[in-house]
Amino acid sequence: MEARQVCPACRWSKRGIGVADMAVQSDVGAAEAVGPFDRARALSSFKLGDLTFYWITRISAISVLLILGGIIVSLIVGAWPAIREYGLPFLWTQRWAPSADPPVLGALAPMYGTLVTSFIAMLIAIPVGLGIAIFLTELCPQWLRRPIGIAIELLAGIPSIIYGMWGFFVLGPFLAYTFQPFMIETFGNVPVLGAIFAGPPSYLSLFNAALILAIMVLPFITAISVDVFKTVPPVLKEAAYGVGCTTWEVVRSVVIPYTRVGVIGGVMLALGRALGETMAVTFIIGNSFRISSSIFAPGTTISAAIASEFAESDGLHQSSLILLGLLLFVLTFFVLAAARLMLLRLEQKAGK
Amino acid sequence: MNFVKAIVAAGLVAASTTAFAADITGAGATFPYPIYSKWADAYKKETGNGLNYQSIGSGGGIKQIEAKTVTFGASDMPLKVEQLEKDGLVQWPMVMGAIVPVVNIEGVKPGEMVLDGQTLADIFQGKITKWDDAAIKKLNPSVKLPSTAITVVRRSDGSGTTFNFTNYLSKASADWKGKVGEGTVVEWPVGVGAKGNEGVSGNISQTKDSIGYVEYAYAKQNKLTYTAMVNGAGKTVQPTVEAFQAAASNADWTHAPGYYVILTNQPGDKSWPITASTFILMHKEPTDKAAAAEALKFFKWAFANGGKMAEELDYIPMPDAVVKLIEKTWSSDIKS
Repeated sequence: MEARQVCPACRWSKRGIGVADMAVQSDVGAAEAVGPFDRARALSSFKLGDLTFYWITRISAISVLLILGGIIVSLIVGAWPAIREYGLPFLWTQRWAPSADPPVLGALAPMYGTLVTSFIAMLIAIPVGLGIAIFLTELCPQWLRRPIGIAIELLAGIPSIIYGMWGFFVLGPFLAYTFQPFMIETFGNVPVLGAIFAGPPSYLSLFNAALILAIMVLPFITAISVDVFKTVPPVLKEAAYGVGCTTWEVVRSVVIPYTRVGVIGGVMLALGRALGETMAVTFIIGNSFRISSSIFAPGTTISAAIASEFAESDGLHQSSLILLGLLLFVLTFFVLAAARLMLLRLEQKAGK
Repeated sequence: MNFVKAIVAAGLVAASTTAFAADITGAGATFPYPIYSKWADAYKKETGNGLNYQSIGSGGGIKQIEAKTVTFGASDMPLKVEQLEKDGLVQWPMVMGAIVPVVNIEGVKPGEMVLDGQTLADIFQGKITKWDDAAIKKLNPSVKLPSTAITVVRRSDGSGTTFNFTNYLSKASADWKGKVGEGTVVEWPVGVGAKGNEGVSGNISQTKDSIGYVEYAYAKQNKLTYTAMVNGAGKTVQPTVEAFQAAASNADWTHAPGYYVILTNQPGDKSWPITASTFILMHKEPTDKAAAAEALKFFKWAFANGGKMAEELDYIPMPDAVVKLIEKTWSSDIKS
């Protein structure tokens, strides 16, 4: 901290002199015409400008920390009544009965929904996202590269409510009347799978929400994977091709191992987004506080529960919703921290 | 520095003058928002005084009036007399509406299907799971019912509509009362949740073999298949404005302290069983007496001139006798 405070001071003084010298040199004629050049005065005005700039940026940077701290503190304060009332069992209580007297509230169902939808979303998005990235960097003809790249970027730019509406009006009916009956028919009598793909078909379901989430996080995985795939030194790949490797072998044995940590970092970022996504999920998950073995059954997630119930909640109910928010905050924080850590390790490796 | 002071002073003056000519402020239930904003519009044209109503939900309305941040609060769920006394509040009903069950079954037309309270409660409790259940068949001997699973659609957000609907189910079924109860959010045993009346309407029109509940206006606008109901008197009634009015007029407002009447399951042969009213809350001793007087002027105007506008939006205006009672309450209870 000490070193940092000193450092900018010496930096601006040095640079100030340099700039002043240049000004003197270039304006030699003009300075002579209006009289002797006041070097001290010019220097102090540079100094003031730089100092102001330094503090403005510094305050902006510190405000981020203050806002983050303020959010954590207010979440904890808001959640305190619920923490005191329910304690740790809040985490594994399945019942959510705000109208009971006294209200019985537990986070298990929304936590389950959050984790299951994110898990299924990642299960779908990781192979597809990596596939797109590999195609774009290794196989794609030049003329197709831009259209696909732009399409992926556009996918990231679509507001989540649009995904929700599309899931509700288009994807939902297709799943409910075509895909789900087929799956239930096919796997209904197989043990384990039968429980996962149990009926009745419903177009508001965990599965539908997971599918929408998969589409939403796809651009994250693809964009980051493309970037890290480009960091693979061409000489490595060329050497592999040189000894007779196929494209698949190059990708599997050279590209993926070399970029593994970066890809995992991208996947973690995508997971962070999937965990917190609210609007699209609220639209299509069915908002039902029950845990069912079937992924075709309606469920809820932490963010969907908060979005739908917060407006009319009060007392312990509201406090519990805030506690749910705090849980999501902690969960997302750990996922993102893990992602940062992995990306950091990749940078260190690349630096070596 | 003087310049800065002058600006601040000018700002303060401007703020205080706007506060003086401020609009009437209110907050609360979303259910009456369309009619309140329509009244406010007409009132502004007539008198030049505006109304600023935030439809933040009944719970929020109660909180804001208790905190005195608004001149009036609005709630679909009446407060009990003890709580009114405790907070020094006056409460009265402003306008009424109705809730109808809606279904989406192939071949069933609006008003064709008949349900009663017990059956409705059993469906929403997951005890009746198929449309050709004996209980439904008995009520609908002439309707062709499919042997398909029922998809229950209900509200996922807290709502006065849910409060009135679950209040009715609690009156109709002892089992519902014991296991689920009433409230703006309840622990639904089955079904999928959708946000808002429009969310439920959308889900019903999308999902085959579904059932839900919405305000009458939404059923009408979205051309949903509403059902007829067997009312408390054992008669089958269609959801019509006459049936809603019958329920309202049969309600005993006179003998209800604090106008604590929940309009569900009212007596009378023609009464629609799931009728609801929405309430206004004000302080008995308002801190800003001028604002309170302005608000009362608006409500008086709305009672006198707003009936037709309410009917256009499928609300039911309060009967004249009740309005007289309410106006008496104002002059005796509110010191402004």
